Amino acid sequence: MIEVDLDQTEIRDLNERLHRLPPDTNERAWHIVNPKGRHAIGVGLDGPITVTIDGHVGFYCAGMNKQAEVVVNGHAGPGVAENMMSGFVRVRGNASQSAGASARGGLLVIEGDTSSRCGISMKGADIVVGGSVGHMSAFMAQRGNLVVCGDAGRSLGDSIYEARLFVRGSVESLGADCVEKELRPEHLDILTKLLDRAGIRANPREFKRYGSARKLYNFNVDHAAAY
Amino acid sequence: MTVDPRLLRTSHSFPPQVIQEIHRAADQGVYEIRGFGAKRKLPTFDDLVLLGASISRYPLEGYRERCDTNVVLGTRFAKKPIELKIPITIAGMSFGALGAHAKEAIGRAATAMGTSSTTGDGGMTQEERLSSKTLVYQVLPSRYGLNPDDLRRADAIEVVVGQGAKPGGGGMLLGQKITERVAGMRDLPVGIDQRSACRHPDWTGPDDLTIKIQELREITDWEKPIYVKVGATRVTYDVALAVKAGADVIVVDGMQGGTAATQDVFIEHAGIPTLPAVRLAVESLKELDMHRKVQLIVSGGIRSGADVAKALALGADAVAIGVATLIALGCNRPVYVEDYHKIGTEPGYCHHCHTGRCPVGVTTQDPELEQRLPPEQGARMLKNYLTTMTLELQTLARACGKSHVLNLEPEDLAALTVEAAAMAQVPLAGTNWIPGKNGY
Amino acid sequence: MCGIVGLYTKNPDIEQRLGDYLSSMLIEMTERGPDSAGIAVYRNPAPKGATKLTLHNADPNYSWPQLAHDMQEELGDKVSVEVRGSHAVLIAHEQYPAIRAWLHHHHPEVSVVSVGDKIEIYKEMGLPADVVQRFHLRDLRGTHALGHTRMATESAVTTEHSHPFSTGLDLCLVHNGSLSNHNRLRERLKKHDIEIRTDNDTEVAAGYLTWRLREGATLDEALEAAIKDLDGFYTFAVGTKDGFAVLRDPIACKHAVLAETDDWVAMATEYRSIATLPGADKAVIWEPVPAQIYSWSRA
Repeated sequence: MIEVDLDQTEIRDLNERLHRLPPDTNERAWHIVNPKGRHAIGVGLDGPITVTIDGHVGFYCAGMNKQAEVVVNGHAGPGVAENMMSGFVRVRGNASQSAGASARGGLLVIEGDTSSRCGISMKGADIVVGGSVGHMSAFMAQRGNLVVCGDAGRSLGDSIYEARLFVRGSVESLGADCVEKELRPEHLDILTKLLDRAGIRANPREFKRYGSARKLYNFNVDHAAAY
Repeated sequence: MTVDPRLLRTSHSFPPQVIQEIHRAADQGVYEIRGFGAKRKLPTFDDLVLLGASISRYPLEGYRERCDTNVVLGTRFAKKPIELKIPITIAGMSFGALGAHAKEAIGRAATAMGTSSTTGDGGMTQEERLSSKTLVYQVLPSRYGLNPDDLRRADAIEVVVGQGAKPGGGGMLLGQKITERVAGMRDLPVGIDQRSACRHPDWTGPDDLTIKIQELREITDWEKPIYVKVGATRVTYDVALAVKAGADVIVVDGMQGGTAATQDVFIEHAGIPTLPAVRLAVESLKELDMHRKVQLIVSGGIRSGADVAKALALGADAVAIGVATLIALGCNRPVYVEDYHKIGTEPGYCHHCHTGRCPVGVTTQDPELEQRLPPEQGARMLKNYLTTMTLELQTLARACGKSHVLNLEPEDLAALTVEAAAMAQVPLAGTNWIPGKNGY
Repeated sequence: MCGIVGLYTKNPDIEQRLGDYLSSMLIEMTERGPDSAGIAVYRNPAPKGATKLTLHNADPNYSWPQLAHDMQEELGDKVSVEVRGSHAVLIAHEQYPAIRAWLHHHHPEVSVVSVGDKIEIYKEMGLPADVVQRFHLRDLRGTHALGHTRMATESAVTTEHSHPFSTGLDLCLVHNGSLSNHNRLRERLKKHDIEIRTDNDTEVAAGYLTWRLREGATLDEALEAAIKDLDGFYTFAVGTKDGFAVLRDPIACKHAVLAETDDWVAMATEYRSIATLPGADKAVIWEPVPAQIYSWSRA
């Protein structure tokens, strides 16, 4: 276990060190202390390593993550795991806005709540939230799965493409072209597996599924009001 | 009964084109979408002239006496600034808007000329990375195709806040151009009309942009120059804010800038022309003592070496060409005329990039149409055009006595109209008059 | 465009070090706001019937004692003066309208930065660390304070354009974001005799709140009205005599964090600032929800 104290080490040095690790490195377990809300901690990782951060992180923690496992023992600022490609990011506390923004693969787990725009523009990643998500979550969500064990704020899934949304609690309002859909056995299967991988206990049958009504896919003047 | 033609009066406010547009809107219930840039008349670089050598100023001989054209971009923070042989770069245009052949042709020509090309709102293609020696990678609100590997493979990163054709608007690509390949790169269903965000998903405002730029630098270990691109609107503030946010290079795209598809009202009625935009950008940089320290690339209706010379004289470090690039590749060439007719236009008038039926194979995904633009041939044509522009630039610079094109200055210019004098803050030819200066 | 910080104390120990803590919070926000910085501190209530003013004059040799003396002559009662950098805090036994008229007439070279019972505002161009130093902000003790670091978006970088803006007695406003309809609003407010000196959008928001309050609204009602009438992106923090309020616009793109322990309540644009406070790692942390007014006061 390699420990790095961010009160002693610059973010730049930490990131460069992590980037320079060879694919077959044996320096696989990293423990970061004193993050104190600093930004861009552990961004652009690309390797089979685990990075555990004790404390609250600022913006873009684990941004564009590939392969690595990043655990935040605290809260995360805006854009955690933004554009993640693969691997696993877990936030034990809450996450701020734009969690998993444009994320393309891998699994992002937030055990607490997120604020607005969770999964905005997501492009294939899986996001599982133990608590609730704020407004405009899954805005323009293109691909992937968003699972919310709590409630969702207003305009959920506004302008959604093909991403799948599963919400157990209440939905304040649905966004343009987002509708409730039937929860079929194959969806229960996906949901069960996601909750399992996230290590979050919840009954899949208590969830509802939401997705695109596909009415905005090609412009039709009769749907102009939706814009 | 024949109509006496003298009785036919055109309305200035409702000319035939406007009448046609209102009829179309009544039929379709939606705004008109098209490609190309602003077509309306507005002040351009044509309204400025260069003051060649005279008795007080001596010219340089062509060929024997050097007139250098190289420029370095990204000297502020990046470990690996970009060195270009000519101050003319290829602007960002997406794979999706353009076909793969066009992107490859652009890459090859840029490489041959020692300059850069830029990806667009669809991500980086392999063809482009392999063919272009210096490739600038755009990070746009949509984030289509964005990934850290391409960030690291790029030579520079361009954070796009907006473009001249539609400042405040997002990308657009209609269903007919969302083929399997394009859809795959953008993570979209095939054949749908792409809706795009106009704001970035994870930052808003220059204070958050500062943090975003830091993140991009961290991911790429501070190697690459970071550009920030804006459409020309509140240029003075935008340039100052981009500097404060940490940009290495600023790209300002005037309203003449092109697009493959957006609303006509956006193209024609938003943004300011490139002419005042250049001057405003340079002034803003000077006020922060950042002129030449943060480099300025200017785009939007650059057409010839004369335009480049004037942009550089006003203080830009380089220019980018978009529409002109496509025209060099064949856009609006009078060939395959029946195919122009099929999409309802004629060569010389075509702005139908959005249809995906480009008769010369440039802005299309159709494999048959793409055959009309073999990459090597396209590369040769574009290289010829870039060479011509460079020679024109050098001709004018030498005539002004400059051994390096970046030594062109505003005092080498005069304006032919009052508007141009005011916009460029260059005296009206034959006078000392700059509107707005010294109480005029 | 900016960083905002705010600290509300719950016990005397924290009050003793209010200026010190707020200065550290402010300096963390330097990257977000390198152009200018300012703080509003609530401390040392003026005696009953007296008015406390913070005044500014850029000349380092300006004679504040002379000004105080002149005012004393005019009013007949003692006027105390405490100079801090380019600002001075005056306490005079008179109501504000009379003082304002007198200053306007006799000393137009000073500008009034804040007025009230407890409030003092110090703001200037420069890096936060420099502003802290110049005004000796770390020495200040008080019950609560707001701070702001500015990256100017559309108006000039001057002292007058810096935040906090004072909107009325013991009231001030700091803002992170960018309004989009402030120009027409400015015209309207000027017609209602609200004094607006700059082209800064935040000053318009501050003037708007003053106007609403003057017309009889409570602070909450004024902020509710602001949600309707102000267009654009904003996180506002409003300072009042007894505490502060926080409001985010309905779209809520500009980040804001709130935190609370047994000893304090803090607000900041980024958690980094809150991390500098004692006990931050044990604090309850949450984000204000859009279009919802959060407030704390010692009622």
